[in-house]
Amino acid sequence: MQSAVNLWPLLGVAVVVAGFLLRANPVLVAVAACGVTGVAAAMPVMVLLESLGTAFVKTRNLPLILLLPLAAIGLLERFGLRDQAQSVIAKVRSATAGRLLIVYLFARESTAALGLTSLGGHPTMVRPLVAPMAEAAAEAQHGTLPERVRYRIRAMSAATDNIGLFFGEDIFVAFGAIVLMHTILQAEGVEVDPLHIALWGIPTAITAFVIHAWNLRRLDAEIRRDVAAARAKDAA
Amino acid sequence: MTLTIDHFYILVGLLLASVAILNLLDRSNPRRFTTALFWGLYAVLYLAGERIDPAAIGALMIGMALLAGFGGVRAGVAATSSAAERRTSVARLGNRLFIPALILPLVTVIGATLLKDVQLGGLPMLDPAHLTLVSMGCGAVAALAAACWLTRSTPLQGVREARRLVDAMGWAVVLPHILAVLGLLFSEAGVGKAVAHLTTTYIGLDSAFVAVAVYCIGMALFTIVMGNGFAAFPVMAGGVGIPVLIGVYGANPAVMAAIGMFSAYCGTLMTPMAANFNIVPAALLELPDKNAVIRAQIPSALPILVANIFLLYFLMNL
Repeated sequence: MQSAVNLWPLLGVAVVVAGFLLRANPVLVAVAACGVTGVAAAMPVMVLLESLGTAFVKTRNLPLILLLPLAAIGLLERFGLRDQAQSVIAKVRSATAGRLLIVYLFARESTAALGLTSLGGHPTMVRPLVAPMAEAAAEAQHGTLPERVRYRIRAMSAATDNIGLFFGEDIFVAFGAIVLMHTILQAEGVEVDPLHIALWGIPTAITAFVIHAWNLRRLDAEIRRDVAAARAKDAA
Repeated sequence: MTLTIDHFYILVGLLLASVAILNLLDRSNPRRFTTALFWGLYAVLYLAGERIDPAAIGALMIGMALLAGFGGVRAGVAATSSAAERRTSVARLGNRLFIPALILPLVTVIGATLLKDVQLGGLPMLDPAHLTLVSMGCGAVAALAAACWLTRSTPLQGVREARRLVDAMGWAVVLPHILAVLGLLFSEAGVGKAVAHLTTTYIGLDSAFVAVAVYCIGMALFTIVMGNGFAAFPVMAGGVGIPVLIGVYGANPAVMAAIGMFSAYCGTLMTPMAANFNIVPAALLELPDKNAVIRAQIPSALPILVANIFLLYFLMNL
């Protein structure tokens, strides 16, 4: 079969899929996929190494958002930031893990929609404040939590930050994704107002809020059930 | 003088070098030499990356991946405060502990909005090309200063605490970075073109609803593979969105673009390839299951994707 498009580089994708399915170390999977993709695209070894190196230098900005806040956050944790966050939320009687995360989802999504995407984030908000608060709210309600429930609440805290960010930022007109879409469409000869792209994102943004908030409400019921199940098991 | 991202590369390079040295000296770390080598190599990338031959950097990246992949990156016994010590300091500091934590996002937002156009001696004060990251760097430094002042600690103690957090995350710190490299290599090798070719050749797009579904699900699937919606958008918009949805079914381009990108984001929520959103938080929150965040997101991502298909179908011809 002759085709103008070279399909061999798809082997790299196959390596990624196989690697994740086999639960191999993701860093190894990524590098193996780099090697396979390069060979499949008939790149000489030196050219491949050079394009890997150039890309590795070019994308150095990516880890900054994670690494820069660590010293301040770590120091505050040492002096009890997470403990204080927990004791503050434990005093709010009506707080549950789900309700707290719904409030955070709303705050995260609406501030991201105004372009204030850096008000949240995993190292700066979720680890030091949101996750400990959600855990403390559940603890104030149910007493000591089984490990499994604790991990589940933390994972939901991270998920809530992501969902709020993703579906909020894209209705901010100056956001990179809007600029990117506008540029690509323009290059293809399609004229569109960036403001309209932002506005037409609103129905999905609202849907995403409703769906995830619904799942967060179910989280409270799930916690109640799992804590009761763990208690029953201990008593037996 | 302009404060650029290069200044913060040096700062991060110094932090990583400290992580390497602290690990090298830590006898409680079972793999202290390979761990130190790993973080040391990463420090070299930040301190001197642009001055080294690209092929050597490529080799450095592969070396780091092999160290990480074969268990060479471990953590020492984390030495931080005890619960009793923290109770004492909480009693003393109380809600003031929140001040430095809030300074960080506040300075970032101020830098990225109010100080955007401020000039010093004819040059912009903050690097306009990386405004958010540079503002965040300023926020991080300001927060560290405030935290040191509040707790009467030295910045060195901050570095030690940063090392504790970096150690706890381990190789997950570099995963997003290496995946970004893979993404660039994918586009260089023409993976996007190959996928677009397959979808448009083998899937019939003869009804508007099928075309919309292929476009949205294709966005999500392509993002799951590439880990990045920005990589999926040009492929699916160019392969299905513009020729079929706009060309054949007369869709409003703004609706097609907006909902298409959101469909890609549904894919981002479901893939380990989007490591900085999905795998790094799992490491940061010390979850034993590295896919726990993805598992928490799937029950929201799938219904949102389905909703997107219907929204696009009903809104595109309004």
